Amino acid sequence: MEGAWEIAFVFFQVWLSIVVGLIMLPAMFGVSLGFTDIYIKVLVKTLEWATLRIQRGQKEQAALPSQSANGIIEKDDGSMQEEIGELRRSHPKNLAGGDFTLCDAFYFCKKGIENIVEDQVTQRFTSEELASWNLLTRTNNNFCYISLRLTIIWGLGVFIRYCILLPLRITLAVIGLSWLVIGTILVGLLPSSNVKNWLSDLVHITCYRICARGLSATIRYHNKENRPKKGGICVANHTSPIDIVILANDGCYAMVGQVHGGLMGVLQRSIVRSCPHVWFERSEMKDRHAVAKRLKDHIADKTKLPILIFPEGTCINNTSVMMFKKGSFEIGGTIYPVAIKYDPQFGDAFWNSAKYNMVSYLLRMMTSWAIVCNVWYLPPMTRQDGEDAVQFANRVKSAIAHQGGLVDLSWDGGLKREKVKESLKEEQQKMYSSMIIGSDFNEASLSLLLSVSSPDDPSAPVKGSGGL
Amino acid sequence: KKLNISHSQITRLYSRFHSLDKGENGALSREDFQRIPELAINPLGDRIINAFFPEGEDQVNFRGFMRTLAHFRPVEDNEKNKDLTSGEPLNSRTNKLHFAFQLYDLDRDDKISRDELLQVLRMMVGVNISDEQLGSIADRTIQEADTNGDMCISFSEFTKVLEKVDVEQKMSIRFLH
Repeated sequence: MEGAWEIAFVFFQVWLSIVVGLIMLPAMFGVSLGFTDIYIKVLVKTLEWATLRIQRGQKEQAALPSQSANGIIEKDDGSMQEEIGELRRSHPKNLAGGDFTLCDAFYFCKKGIENIVEDQVTQRFTSEELASWNLLTRTNNNFCYISLRLTIIWGLGVFIRYCILLPLRITLAVIGLSWLVIGTILVGLLPSSNVKNWLSDLVHITCYRICARGLSATIRYHNKENRPKKGGICVANHTSPIDIVILANDGCYAMVGQVHGGLMGVLQRSIVRSCPHVWFERSEMKDRHAVAKRLKDHIADKTKLPILIFPEGTCINNTSVMMFKKGSFEIGGTIYPVAIKYDPQFGDAFWNSAKYNMVSYLLRMMTSWAIVCNVWYLPPMTRQDGEDAVQFANRVKSAIAHQGGLVDLSWDGGLKREKVKESLKEEQQKMYSSMIIGSDFNEASLSLLLSVSSPDDPSAPVKGSGGL
Repeated sequence: KKLNISHSQITRLYSRFHSLDKGENGALSREDFQRIPELAINPLGDRIINAFFPEGEDQVNFRGFMRTLAHFRPVEDNEKNKDLTSGEPLNSRTNKLHFAFQLYDLDRDDKISRDELLQVLRMMVGVNISDEQLGSIADRTIQEADTNGDMCISFSEFTKVLEKVDVEQKMSIRFLH
C-alpha cells in the first residue's frame, strides 16, 4: 500500500505545480497564456457543428421547432385607451354620457389570458431557454436524440467537464479564496499607507483573477475609459454572485452587503482588514437613514474605493433589467453604470436561489463549459436638476438595459418572493375609470380621484385609501 | 402540418402549466394564478381566474387548463375541435361571447342582473366612481340591452348588443409559430 500512497503523493505534487505554474502565476501578473482562448475557440466550433446537426436532424424528423426569443404568443402593444377604443368603435354608442360598454371586459379578459399563457415577470426568475442545445444535459428541453455522433460528443463533454475541468476548477477556487483570506489578513497587519493600499489592491485582484480562472471565465471589457473612480458608486445589473468576481477582475471596489455567518462571514471579516468595505448588520439594514449615511460617508472620502451596488436587490436571469431601488440613487455622488451580459451558450450564470443553494450553484458553474460575458462601462451619470431619485434610477436602468441588449422592465425584482402591490391594481382601475367618466366629469369624481395617491410619487403625502 | 403546430403549442402550454404549479401536484390553485403579477393587477383578474375552476372546485388540472384556454384559439384553427356538446368548437364566436358573458354572470344563472353588473363594474373602476354614478351607468347599460323587460341581460340579449364587435379578433390568442 505504501507504493500507492507515494504515487498518489507524486501525482498530487505534479498537479499542484502545474496549477501554480500555468495558472496562478500568470494570474498574479495579469498575463494570459492563451489556454482559455483556445478552449473557447474549440468549444465554439463544436457547438456550431452540434447546432447544424440538430437542425438537420429536426428537419428530417419534422420535430418541434424551438422557442423564438420573442415569446410564444403575439401580443398587441396598444395602451388601454387604444384597445378599448377599438372595441367600442364597432358598438353603437349611447350618447347619454358615461362611456361604459359591455365589450370593455373583452380587453381585460384578453390581457388576462395572455398573461396566463406568458407574462413578462415570472419568466425572469428562471433560466433563459436556449435556442439550440449546447450539449449540457441541464439545458436539454425538448431536444430529442439526433445521432450517434452527437451523443458521443455529449458523452465526451460530460467526461471533460466532470473529470478534468471540475477538479481543476475546485482547486483553483480553493486556492483563490484561501489566498484572499490569508493575503488580506497579512496586509491588514500593516499600518495605513499608500503601500498598504497598493498591496491590498494587488491581493484582491490576484485572488479574483484566480477565481475567474476557476470558472474558465472569459470576460471582455468595453469602454475602459469609463471605469469607476474613487468616491463614486458603481451600479450594475445582477445575475449572480459571480458578478462580483467578473467586475473585480478589472478594478477594485468596496463591497456593500449584509454580514453573513459561515464561510462568507470569514471572507467578509478578513477582506475588511485590508481596505474598507461596508458591511451591515441585519438590524441596521432596516434603518434607511443609517444605511444612507454610512454610504455617504464612504464616498465622501476620496481615498476609498468606489462602492459596488446592485440596485435590483436580487438575481435576475440576465434577459432583462428590473426596477432599480432608489436608495443608491439618493446618496448623491457620481454613478458609474455597468452592463453585464453573459453568453448563455457556454453556461448559465443565473442563480435561481429558490432552486439551488450556493454550493450546488457553484458546482453547476464549475461543470459548465465556461462563463463568457461582456462588460460595458457606461459614461458616468449624475442626478440632474428637477429629477428625483426614482427618475434618475430609471434613467440609469434604461442606459444599462440598452447597452446590454436587455429588456427594460419597471417591475420590482422583489416579486420573486412577494406579492404585487395593491396600488398597481388601483392604477389600472383609475385609468379605466377615466375612460368611463370621460367628458362627464363632475366635482364628486374629481375629488375622489385626487384622494387616491399615486404610488410612484414618494413625496406625495398618503391620504385616503390608496396606501402603499 | 396544422397538427404539428398544435402539438408544439400543447408542449409550450404544458411547460407553462408546470412552471405555474409551484406545489408540483399536477393542479393549479387560485394562488398559483395570483402569482402572475400582471394578472394580479388586472381589475377583472379574479373573474378570469374563476373561469378556470368549475363550480365548487379549488384545483384545475392540465386538461381543464387547456379546455379553458381553448376558447381563445383563433377561429381559423378549426381543424381540431374538442368540444363534446353539439359539435360546436370551443372557440366559436358564440362560445367566446359566452366566456365573456360568464365574467359578468357571477352566480352562473344565465342572466346578468343589475346587482351583478354593479359588482363587476365596481371591480373595474375601484374607488374612482361614486355609487350613484355607477348605478346610473348600470341602469343605462341594462336599458340598452334588455329587450324582454325583465331588467336583466340574458345571453341572447348580450349577443345582440355585441353583434357588431369583432369578437373573433378581440378574444383570440395567436401563437407565434
